Amino acid sequence: MREIRVEHLGKTFGTLPVLSDVSLRAAPGEFVSIIGPSGCGKSTLFNVLAGLVAPDSGRVLVDGAPAGGSAFGYMPQKDLLFPWRTVLDNAALGLEVAGMRRRAARAKAQALFEPFGLAGFERARPSQLSGGMRQRAALLRTVVQDREVLLLDEPFGALDSLTRTGMQEWLEKVRARYGWTVLLITHDIREAVFLSDRVVVLGPRPARVCREVEVGLPRPREAGMVGWPRLHAVEAELLDALRGPGRTDPVPTTR
Amino acid sequence: MVHRRVSGGTLTRGLRRALPPLVVVGVLLVGWQWYVTASGIAPQVLPSPSRVVEQGWASRDVIWANTVPTLKVTGVGFGVSLVMGWALAILVDFSPWLRRALVPLLVASQTLPIIAIAPLLIIWFGFGLLPKVVVIALVTFFPIAVGLIEGFASTDPEASNLLRSMGAGRWKEFRYVRLPGAMPYFFTALRIGITYAVTGAIFAEYVGASAGLGIFMNQQKNSFRTDLVLAAVVVTALLSVALFALTYLVQRLVIPWYAQERRRA
Repeated sequence: MREIRVEHLGKTFGTLPVLSDVSLRAAPGEFVSIIGPSGCGKSTLFNVLAGLVAPDSGRVLVDGAPAGGSAFGYMPQKDLLFPWRTVLDNAALGLEVAGMRRRAARAKAQALFEPFGLAGFERARPSQLSGGMRQRAALLRTVVQDREVLLLDEPFGALDSLTRTGMQEWLEKVRARYGWTVLLITHDIREAVFLSDRVVVLGPRPARVCREVEVGLPRPREAGMVGWPRLHAVEAELLDALRGPGRTDPVPTTR
Repeated sequence: MVHRRVSGGTLTRGLRRALPPLVVVGVLLVGWQWYVTASGIAPQVLPSPSRVVEQGWASRDVIWANTVPTLKVTGVGFGVSLVMGWALAILVDFSPWLRRALVPLLVASQTLPIIAIAPLLIIWFGFGLLPKVVVIALVTFFPIAVGLIEGFASTDPEASNLLRSMGAGRWKEFRYVRLPGAMPYFFTALRIGITYAVTGAIFAEYVGASAGLGIFMNQQKNSFRTDLVLAAVVVTALLSVALFALTYLVQRLVIPWYAQERRRA
């Protein structure tokens, strides 16, 4: 597990600046959430990290050395489980793409089905899974690739509120067990606070970091912490940062 | 056991779906038979359905001898069309330049008046297999190539991104996402193509051939055997329907997931 530094990333699409000097870091095993207004460039940031979009400026370092997309395991918003593959073959897809033999890839993915609450669904088709199970299968497909950092782009955004809360608690448990380093994009402030060690607030487009908040709640996080004053204080601070990012770091209004 | 119940269900559902058109055909045939008997019209102009069946059955050896070459021409022509359609669609999918260059030509190929070109093909290539294969390829190639091109292009860009984030290059992206995702499109295109293929073969033979249902119809028409022309028409229709049904069978074998997906959706 290694340290990730993102330094001064900038990206402009045509004449539209999307990222402007975004810098981030994540210590090994750290959980960092990224929140910001809709369309502020959060997904573009992940696309750059995942190696899908080349940045105009800036760099991504893993333990001080420049790193490509292969350092990051990317889980997009949609689960993108393919109907022509069984759940197990979907989970093993990344390994197969990386050149692993199908049998070995299946065996490796299979080992995670139990902790991911998918045991017994190996041969099912994705459409037979519930929404929460589909997201767990998509996360499994990401995790099994053994990348340095997980990039989770609103993984629970499409779930109903009850399922989402259950998934957050479950994610906290498995994360503690495996010690992943995670970057999470979310629109849900409570989700960010509940899961993260640190929350990064991006300003409106072009995205730049306008505030960072240490959550400072003990681990493991538990459902009961939702009533804690510290959690509410962090939520209030984040909401405040989201409402008026211009005060801490003015951004030009012209494009 | 579950399996048997499911297939039994699809069987009765198939029968229930086939029933209305069969009823309509039955009513039309009865009306036709009644009209021919009542009006006393000459069989050279309009034979009764019973006469078509009777005379067709009496000439079954000749009709069968002409069906085999037609089937062969259809198979070869459609095979050529499939190979070319796949090759072109894959090329176009990998090269934006080729897409811009070839897709307009593909559309233009459909504006060719086959009825005028078919006799020329006979002049150029003779009465053998080749001109017929060319006609069939011309009429069936377009739906197959276009269906595949659209199928590949229908891939969710986010699915492509996911594959690329896994380290897939263009070929692996094609193999793992674009190709399987395009298969339902392909089978739709295949069904359109196969119905054109038989009529294309008949048409090519009609213009000139040494054997085949097309040239058989032409000869019988010239000797006023309207009943045998219609008997050959019936055989042609049955061939087309059989090939059409065959595509569903192949689809079930190649993409079994698609039927499950549709049933659940």
